[in-house]
Amino acid sequence: MSLQPDQVRTVARLARLALREEDVPAYSRKLSSILDMVEQLNAAQTAGVTPLAHPLDVVQRLRPDEVTEGDQRDRFQSIAPQVENGLYLVPKVIE
Amino acid sequence: MTHDNNWEVVIGLEVHVQLLTRSKIFSGASTAYGAAPNTQACAVDLGMPGVLPVLNAEAVNMAIRLGLATDAQIAPRSVFARKHYFYPDLPKGYQISQYELPVVSQGRLEITLEDGTAKTIGITRAHLEEDAGKSMHEDFANASGIDLNRASTPLLEVVSEPDMRSAKEAVAYLKKLHALVCYLEICDGNMQEGSFRCDANVSVRRRGETKFGTRTETKNLNSFRYVEKAINYEIERQIDLIESGGTVVQETRLFNVDTGETRTMRSKEEANDYRYFPDPDLLPLVIEPAQIEAVRKQMPELPDAKRDRFVAEYGLTAYDADVLTATRELANYFEELVKELGGKEAKLAANWVMGDLSGFLNKANLDITQSPVSAKALAGLLSRILDNTISGKIAKEVFEAMFAGEATGDKAADSLIESKGLKQITDTGALEKAIDQVLAANPKQLEQYRAGKDALLGFFVGQVMKATGGKANPAEVNRLLAAKLKG
Amino acid sequence: MHNQSLKQLAASLRERKFSSRELTQHYLDRIAKLDPKASGGINSFITVCESQALAQADAADARLAKGDAAPLLGIPLAQKDIFCTQGVKTSCGSKMLDNFIAPYDATAVQKLNAAGMPMLGKTNMDEFAMGSSNETSFYGPVKNPWDHGRVPGGSSGGSAAAVTAGLAPVATGTDTGGSIRQPAALCGISGIKPTYGRVSRYGMIAFASSLDQGGVFARSAEDCALVLQAMAGFDTRDSTSLDVPVPDYAADLGQSLKGQRIGLPKEYFADGLDPGVRAAIEEAVKVYESLGAQIREISLPNTQLAVPTYYVVAPAEASSNLARFDGVRYGHRCDSPKDLMDLYTRSRGEGFGSEVQRRIMVGTYVLSAGYYDAYYLKAQQVRRLIADDFKKAFDSVDLILGPTTTTPAFGLGEKFDDPVAMYLNDIYTISANLAGLPGMSIPAGFVGGLPVGLQLLGNHFQEAKLLAAAHQYQQATDWHIRRPEGY
Repeated sequence: MSLQPDQVRTVARLARLALREEDVPAYSRKLSSILDMVEQLNAAQTAGVTPLAHPLDVVQRLRPDEVTEGDQRDRFQSIAPQVENGLYLVPKVIE
Repeated sequence: MTHDNNWEVVIGLEVHVQLLTRSKIFSGASTAYGAAPNTQACAVDLGMPGVLPVLNAEAVNMAIRLGLATDAQIAPRSVFARKHYFYPDLPKGYQISQYELPVVSQGRLEITLEDGTAKTIGITRAHLEEDAGKSMHEDFANASGIDLNRASTPLLEVVSEPDMRSAKEAVAYLKKLHALVCYLEICDGNMQEGSFRCDANVSVRRRGETKFGTRTETKNLNSFRYVEKAINYEIERQIDLIESGGTVVQETRLFNVDTGETRTMRSKEEANDYRYFPDPDLLPLVIEPAQIEAVRKQMPELPDAKRDRFVAEYGLTAYDADVLTATRELANYFEELVKELGGKEAKLAANWVMGDLSGFLNKANLDITQSPVSAKALAGLLSRILDNTISGKIAKEVFEAMFAGEATGDKAADSLIESKGLKQITDTGALEKAIDQVLAANPKQLEQYRAGKDALLGFFVGQVMKATGGKANPAEVNRLLAAKLKG
Repeated sequence: MHNQSLKQLAASLRERKFSSRELTQHYLDRIAKLDPKASGGINSFITVCESQALAQADAADARLAKGDAAPLLGIPLAQKDIFCTQGVKTSCGSKMLDNFIAPYDATAVQKLNAAGMPMLGKTNMDEFAMGSSNETSFYGPVKNPWDHGRVPGGSSGGSAAAVTAGLAPVATGTDTGGSIRQPAALCGISGIKPTYGRVSRYGMIAFASSLDQGGVFARSAEDCALVLQAMAGFDTRDSTSLDVPVPDYAADLGQSLKGQRIGLPKEYFADGLDPGVRAAIEEAVKVYESLGAQIREISLPNTQLAVPTYYVVAPAEASSNLARFDGVRYGHRCDSPKDLMDLYTRSRGEGFGSEVQRRIMVGTYVLSAGYYDAYYLKAQQVRRLIADDFKKAFDSVDLILGPTTTTPAFGLGEKFDDPVAMYLNDIYTISANLAGLPGMSIPAGFVGGLPVGLQLLGNHFQEAKLLAAAHQYQQATDWHIRRPEGY
């Protein structure tokens, strides 16, 4: 399985990664070699095997509906790149 | 509608029901509406590095309630998945939702069409998920501001089958679902605040065609009126487009409240690839039969059952019972009123609630919970009709004063009757005096009556009522007049 | 001081041979002398917390003076920079978080703070724990104290090197595919990755949520047992945390190996294993036999599929977990973004190194529409086959023994440009993460002056058995006491 430069660009955009154009061939080569290695999975007989999403067979624990977290805005926003009037700022979004 | 009848409309609705939990679905932050920006967004809601979600038990119970109320399947095992997309109001870059295995599936809801017939709308599924935050686009020149207070608020997304065939049907379904979630106390139903919002999937096809047409999804409709308008606009737009040789593009659209039009949503123009997979931070949600039974025991009475009971218990017509059970609050008001009246006089109570009270509320744009006249106060007024203190006509006058706030409290009617001197005159002496004065002032008519013109009785009654300012007890006036007129 | 066991240190502190401040200062001095990259040091710390550590030491001394009997009180440690530490930079080895001062403590950090262990600093690591050599760190590679031209292993290479060099008596680590066991092996120290769910993941920056597990590096199994005891336990903030009582690991260390069945997976001794490493492990097997263990060959037939399975599951989860780093709420943000897309792509493109970007792309690809079933679902199916291999094996043995790695430490830069060769380095360690099993690496000899690691794997919740088996071996051998020259 090889990942062509165009596919690399598409996946990078989906993942919101700006790649330098000169790095694309190397990504294409290395990603292809990783996917090649992964191809070994095709040899496994998995018909009827239930996928394992979690290493232990346990179920979700539920939390009582209680408010336990107070206002920590100042603390959280002290490490934010850009805030104003308590809001996080981003370049204008057009809906 | 300007188009011929050769088109069939197909509508399915996705409704986001914000659940009435105290804390968020995956964190212990408050869900209260209206707090200062980002003061109710904790580390988990903000998607800080290393934080983890833990599921709120109450959100699960609320989903079970909706499942039970719509005769749906409640999944013994359901799974939370991550839905990925980048957007500033989605802090983790994914929304925790349910995908392949939702908690509720295969439900149904019965609606009543305009011609009175019933129609069943299928509910494909209802799944638990977290809400996103809010983006403010107006406050800054070249920036949008992000408030994450709403992030991770629990939502139950209720997805209908494409069973509706007109905007009116869609609205009927939506109103029914709205009443239901309010009855179930799982949602505050506040559409302005976004607690109950609707995305409408609309397509059209020529009659007889079995395949669905290409659908569009119009997002975030937050009033029944907008839903109707947006759907009708989409129907017209799609038919016009096809009839003029174009094709409908599958896309997400936004409704413009000011123009009544829909338009392509630019931020969704790029095709989505949500890359769903089971959230490894959360384990399968297992619901045991015992938990479902426990929730079933706490279920409040549902609208249809309440309507049937109103007919049986209060002797109301089906129509009246339907109107009075439209919302839980209205039904509660009515029942409190009847109770205050000693459990009797349901018909009188129904007439007042559906008549004067509803009329005044509508005019003032208030809902029943905002009524200036409480059920107790209204009962106080109706009691005065029943004990002949005032007539029905005077009661309307008193009610208007109560509604205007001229007197408040449970005894408002009594104090207004007193201060305005509206008490019915039943004192025989006083009435006889008034009658004597009327007879003396109208000798000609008295003569004609005694000569056999019986129809003049009404005239005398009217004169006596006028002379007493409408406060005379009409039955008593009739009895006394009859005796006096005989001479 | 830095060659004493934790027990000896604890006793000395209690006997006032030295104070916690003196002990802490001793380590801080060694760090200042032996660690700085600029002066040719091993570069095992990203952040050194001198004043905070001394303040914590003073607090510990005060508790000691009052006779507080907490077993680790006053003994300093180093935290892998993947654990959030309130008020202290938590970089995860990435430029993305170079400016991230964590606003909260990870649960594991909270517990170790409560145990009274001063934190010397935050250790270097592969960026977001993605790597097996510590070469992907934004802060530069860590040198192996045994040979400065070689890697310490990864991703917890800084923690392993720091303990090896006597810059900290113990250090925390995390293990997603071998990130504790492999560096422990390459540095010649002891390291344990407990059962998935034993140590809370709250505040531990996620790489692959269903595989990540926190653990400990120390100079002996006994030291590991003492620190794991303080770190492990149920946490309500982590849905995947296990509500299972933690046994007294130290008390169980004396468990005899007599009659214990130890399995040697034939696949772990196949082609590709360095002959020197093989010889060392075979020697160790003889020691175990002499201690009374019954040795038998077992088979884990799907071993070859572990690496490919891992390189679907881990990147998929990582691509999702790292979506939150978007330059909006914290972390690196690019200069003057021209629009939202630019903000995302440049902040992430600049903030993440190339190995992290590769894994994000692999993960994004295998989850994307059309590929999910072929890659992700298939990998999760093979994951079950691998887990079932172990289930079967543990029907007939108590422990599994083999080499931790195929070779001793490789040269800096040797595999950096060949990701697949780098990934295959983890062939013996990855399966335990896929199956959620506890695993341990302990020193078992040398090849060409470089340490060899012996791996022990146990069934779920059997850390006590692993620690005892390692301790028994360390009572009979002295590999774990050997120190690199100059440290």
